[in-house]
Amino acid sequence: MSLNLGVLSIQGDILENVLAVKAAIDELGIDGTVTSVRTPDEISNVDGLIIPGGESTTIGRLSVANGTLKILKEKIDQGMPVLGICAGMIMLSKNAQDKVVGKIDQPLLDILDIKLERNSFGRQRESFESDISLNSIGIPSFNGVFIRAPSISDVGSDVEVLSKFNEKIVAVKKNNVIGVAFHPELTRDISLHKYFVNLTNTLKN
Amino acid sequence: MLPLSGERVNAKGIISEKLDSVDTLRGSSTLKRGFAHMQKNGVVMDVTNVEQALIAQEAGAVSVMVLDKLPSEVRKAGGVARTASIKIIEEIMDSVTIPVMAKCRIGHVNEALVLQETDVDMIDESEVLTPADELRHIWKWDLTTPVVNGARSLAEALRRIEEGASMIRTKGEPGTGNVAEAITHIKKVNDGLRTIKSIYDSGDNQELVRMAREFKVSYDIVEQTAKLGRLPVVNFAAGGIATPADAAYLMSLGCDGIFVGSGIFSADDAQERANAIVLATTFWNESDKVKEAQKMIDERQSIPGLDVKTLDLRMQDRGGSA
Repeated sequence: MSLNLGVLSIQGDILENVLAVKAAIDELGIDGTVTSVRTPDEISNVDGLIIPGGESTTIGRLSVANGTLKILKEKIDQGMPVLGICAGMIMLSKNAQDKVVGKIDQPLLDILDIKLERNSFGRQRESFESDISLNSIGIPSFNGVFIRAPSISDVGSDVEVLSKFNEKIVAVKKNNVIGVAFHPELTRDISLHKYFVNLTNTLKN
Repeated sequence: MLPLSGERVNAKGIISEKLDSVDTLRGSSTLKRGFAHMQKNGVVMDVTNVEQALIAQEAGAVSVMVLDKLPSEVRKAGGVARTASIKIIEEIMDSVTIPVMAKCRIGHVNEALVLQETDVDMIDESEVLTPADELRHIWKWDLTTPVVNGARSLAEALRRIEEGASMIRTKGEPGTGNVAEAITHIKKVNDGLRTIKSIYDSGDNQELVRMAREFKVSYDIVEQTAKLGRLPVVNFAAGGIATPADAAYLMSLGCDGIFVGSGIFSADDAQERANAIVLATTFWNESDKVKEAQKMIDERQSIPGLDVKTLDLRMQDRGGSA
């Protein structure tokens, strides 16, 4: 059966992720498609989903308005693979704090037991690129593009740390759920998208 | 994957440094243009104080843009319009979690440097403020903070990108509540893109050179843009947007997102209107949702519009020939 991948299409860099997944599917030679999805119906039909980078407050509020948040949580709890990028990782967390503003009240999916700080490296001027590694999933070197990125200071016992930048955790995995603080879709390297497509393919078959 | 056409890899705004002994790069085109990509499919709202910024964030705005006065008030006040008070910008930065942008005058390098030092997330080199240099815009490659510029045509957009703009928006006619100019400008940009793409596809390099001369930009950026078939940076609509239907229409013309200036906080139903414009921008291609959004606002409370033909001050012409 053909693999059906989706990119959550509410706000953020949706198209960039669609293109990266498309390239990953082609390179892997897998029978699959990728579409941008938004309505509960569209979401219920995908085998794996990317929540793209963007503004987490915007994505959160609009997912509530659209009834999307509920179906997302159900599907992920049932085992649908999901890759949350930057704002997407914030959406996956159980709670988030902001570096400057502190406690924040925004709708979240409440899935990953992680201690997350928004805007952890500072504002846009402090955004940076740096080489990182995700050795445990077979990606020894990756150009990490961190834009007003969040970071994680602590994880629950069931959450695996995939990558750190200095002492800050910047990529995590819990079974079918992956969260990264950086933007693979802004680089030419599709190895992380390939990993995700493969994971979805394995879990489906 | 980010198109990096026209990028200058040796720009002064790019900083290589070690962070706790790890090599890092700041201010690269990927980071500056990438920031704008995170704003896509969203609404940036003009605000003048913390209260308005919180309303904008609550409504789901992707950023706020801080001004001393809303464009419609700038229009009435006359005189010289400058960058906003740094104290107010900082108060807003301490109050919201979404990015904070601020405007500086066209060509005013040191207003931009002050805003960069204040740590705003993006600088708008804006025709809403009184231009400081009509001949030369800021050389934005020298800044680490990304800059957005207005444009009325493909030529103007490419001139700004060549100077280092990380994002483009239509100029429209600010502070009028009249969306007609923004519509004209995005259509002109789109027409220009179609034209150069068809010339590129036909293989007529000589004609592309002639276009580059007409546009007053380098051949390289024309060729790269023509090959891409779209601008190499994110392109928003701005100038005169007042209703959810305005926002939805501009999204349907291929804009990546929306700036709303006076349209929200000059209206009497600001909170509802802010919510409604965000909804219409996200769901622009679902007509029932745009209708619901439009129903949330009351036309009797919209900003009274101005006819562009009768204006004494056409902000869109500022810096346009340079």
